[in-house]
Amino acid sequence: MRCSYMEKKNQENRNVTIRVKRFDAKERLLKSSSFKVSANRFSTVLGELIGIKEAQDPSLSIRYSCRMGICGSCGMVINGKPRLACETNVFSLDTDEVIVEPMRGHPVLKDLVCDFGEFFDNHRKVMPWLIRNNMKEKFRNDVEHTQTRRQLDRFLPFSYCIKCGLCVDACPVVNTNSAFVGPQALAAVRRYNEDSRDQGIKQRLAAIDVKDGVWGCEYAGACSAVCPKGVDPALAIQLLKMDIMKRKFIGSNKSKE
Amino acid sequence: METADYDIVIVGSGLAGMRAALQAANFSNRKLRIAMISKLHAMRSHSVSAEGGISGVLSPGEGGDSIELHAMDTIKGSDYLADQDAVEFLVNEAPKEIRLLDNMGVPWNRREDGRIVLRAFGGMSIPRTVFAGDKTGFFMLSTLYDALLEYQDVEIFNEYLVISLNITRGTFGGLLAMNISTGEMKLFRGKAGVIATGGYARIYGFTTTAFSSTGDGIAMAYRAGVSLKDMEFVQFHPTALVPSGILITEAARGEGGYLLNSEGKRFMENYAKSKMELAPRDIVSRAIVTELDQGRGVVQETTGIEHVFLDLRHLGESVIDERLPMIKEITIKMNGIDPSKEMIPVRPAAHFTMGGIHVDIHGRALINDYDPVTGLWVAGEAGCVSVHGANRLGSNSLSQCVIWGRVVGEAAAEHALGNGYGVTNEEMEKWGALEASRVNNLMDRTGTENPYLIRKEMQQTLDKYVYVYRETDGFKNAKKVINDLKRRYANVYVQDKSKEYNTNLRDTLELGNMLELADVVIECALARKESRGAHAMKEYPKRDDVNWLKHTIVRMGSDGPVLSYIPVTITKWQPMERKY
Repeated sequence: MRCSYMEKKNQENRNVTIRVKRFDAKERLLKSSSFKVSANRFSTVLGELIGIKEAQDPSLSIRYSCRMGICGSCGMVINGKPRLACETNVFSLDTDEVIVEPMRGHPVLKDLVCDFGEFFDNHRKVMPWLIRNNMKEKFRNDVEHTQTRRQLDRFLPFSYCIKCGLCVDACPVVNTNSAFVGPQALAAVRRYNEDSRDQGIKQRLAAIDVKDGVWGCEYAGACSAVCPKGVDPALAIQLLKMDIMKRKFIGSNKSKE
Repeated sequence: METADYDIVIVGSGLAGMRAALQAANFSNRKLRIAMISKLHAMRSHSVSAEGGISGVLSPGEGGDSIELHAMDTIKGSDYLADQDAVEFLVNEAPKEIRLLDNMGVPWNRREDGRIVLRAFGGMSIPRTVFAGDKTGFFMLSTLYDALLEYQDVEIFNEYLVISLNITRGTFGGLLAMNISTGEMKLFRGKAGVIATGGYARIYGFTTTAFSSTGDGIAMAYRAGVSLKDMEFVQFHPTALVPSGILITEAARGEGGYLLNSEGKRFMENYAKSKMELAPRDIVSRAIVTELDQGRGVVQETTGIEHVFLDLRHLGESVIDERLPMIKEITIKMNGIDPSKEMIPVRPAAHFTMGGIHVDIHGRALINDYDPVTGLWVAGEAGCVSVHGANRLGSNSLSQCVIWGRVVGEAAAEHALGNGYGVTNEEMEKWGALEASRVNNLMDRTGTENPYLIRKEMQQTLDKYVYVYRETDGFKNAKKVINDLKRRYANVYVQDKSKEYNTNLRDTLELGNMLELADVVIECALARKESRGAHAMKEYPKRDDVNWLKHTIVRMGSDGPVLSYIPVTITKWQPMERKY
């Protein structure tokens, strides 16, 4: 598991150029700025960008918070691939020049920062919360559910989404049809549909059984390839398509209702 | 400037803020207009980083555990500075909140029979920590966020930095915030307010916390005349990854991990023979620093930073994959280390701030020693209730966040249903213009001081002089530096003059908050002439219950912090020697 770029022989600092293709909010276009930095084997792209902001150009805008891959703030395109900057080791890129640019699948606000308004709206649209026939049950604090390992495994893989937006950035459909609800929201549908505590599968499937819902997906699989947390939205979407078809032609799965 | 009226204005979107919003919305049957304001995207608040779990006795009697024992552990862990009535409330309410979150959708780890499983944690005499892998905070926060999306009456303001808090005639009026995306100012008038903005551990350089933990709400309250409590107590988590400071959860030791010095010895046997690695955090952190001071540390070649090792190799891959997957992900991605094959370099880092806004057991913000501000509540790390006293036990913070989130959400809703606004619109606008001019001046003026250099010096000063072991001379040095930095801050220069997403301005405003709090921390620490919990003084190595079994209260005076003291609430547990 030891990554070669982290090996102890790589003790020396290296000089690296960080080329930031930053979005100019006034002129509405990307402009390049290059910064020379020194990196060691622990350096991350986010760390270098923050260093640039502190020491070279305070006007550089970056969105970040936890720096440990769990808050989902720092998604950007690094050497052509959508990634979390905080988890991207500089040496691992194995280049003297690191090219950083904002995600383009979201509207860009400034420099490396995107507007997430639409992305969050899409998430909300699919009812990503537990639905109970009696919603009062959601506020019960006197009973504990039991959930077997098998039941847990049905939804757990889809519950790791940190809403970083990288999947939406990578999705070729979103980039040509902005009405498509997108891989993040659809993975959230699967997450809640498969929870044994949920009773809302019918409503959610109805909400996404439309042209720009689950049927918008063309199965390029880019979303799953770039997800930094191993969520597989492409799989979720195919499973959802099957759920919809099954219900239409075979009837619903009684055990879930 | 735009003014918006809400029934309840909540600042902060971590576990406490979201739980408050949810309770307020549900309690009022969705009758209230609620604003939840976050300087981040709401679901990215620092609660998301909580790893190990949430404490609570789900089944008293089972495995020999009891509510009473949880209380006793917490009080002993606090080095007897916790208010015991508040602790009793915490331990009684915690199981209810865990079950509620179960009904909301948190994927708790389960036993074979489907019931919630428990893990061991530091200072807890029996396993009573409920968890969702090692991403407990993430799962709790995602669940609450998603649950809130159902409520159309809760409006979430993403990326609004709150600048100032209005308290008029002893009553909460509202607040001024800046939309970070556009740079526009907005006034929020509210019948009730909730501050849930988290702690201030970012006044340190080596810290486990997110960049956002800058104590904004605490500083704001302080400037508005609200008292703060026990600000000298900062928790250092023993196992922060070197060099990044990223948290390696205490659950790693709960699951059986060892701490080893350069000689390969489990040194904890010299410090806490019975609890070993699972002694409370203050004790383990002191043990590590003592090992380092006595030359039994290891120097990391690339960075020159001294550390000890956390050894998880004997746990095996399957335990690590099932219960500590994020730790594996982090150590591989950040250090190129697979914890099942190699040891992890760790040392203590600032992690949690026990101090905060002075509140009573109901979460009401207090002025002076005991006077509540009408219509203003505080929850989570931003408030000092105090349930953690001088040292928090691991997994008690998540319980605190959701319990007092619920309590203040309900109280704020009740208040808003029965009361009007504390200030008139005219008063609000006049005040808002004045407060906004402070920011405008910062943008208009030229200065010479780089905020990032000031921040770095502040953090280095705290790292050096207000760390695990402390001494009076160190505090005096720190005070001098911070005073100087405050002077320099008056001449700070925001180079970025743009309106859109100006993080240079945001950073500068946060720095102002942190400098204020750093000053307060040092002043309170300098005054406390004893060692208690996380406050370990070299000159006064013993706890002194005769003179110091009391809370520090601090408020802003014209020449700096003004200190007073109030007694600790003792119900059943008399202070005893603390041994593990």
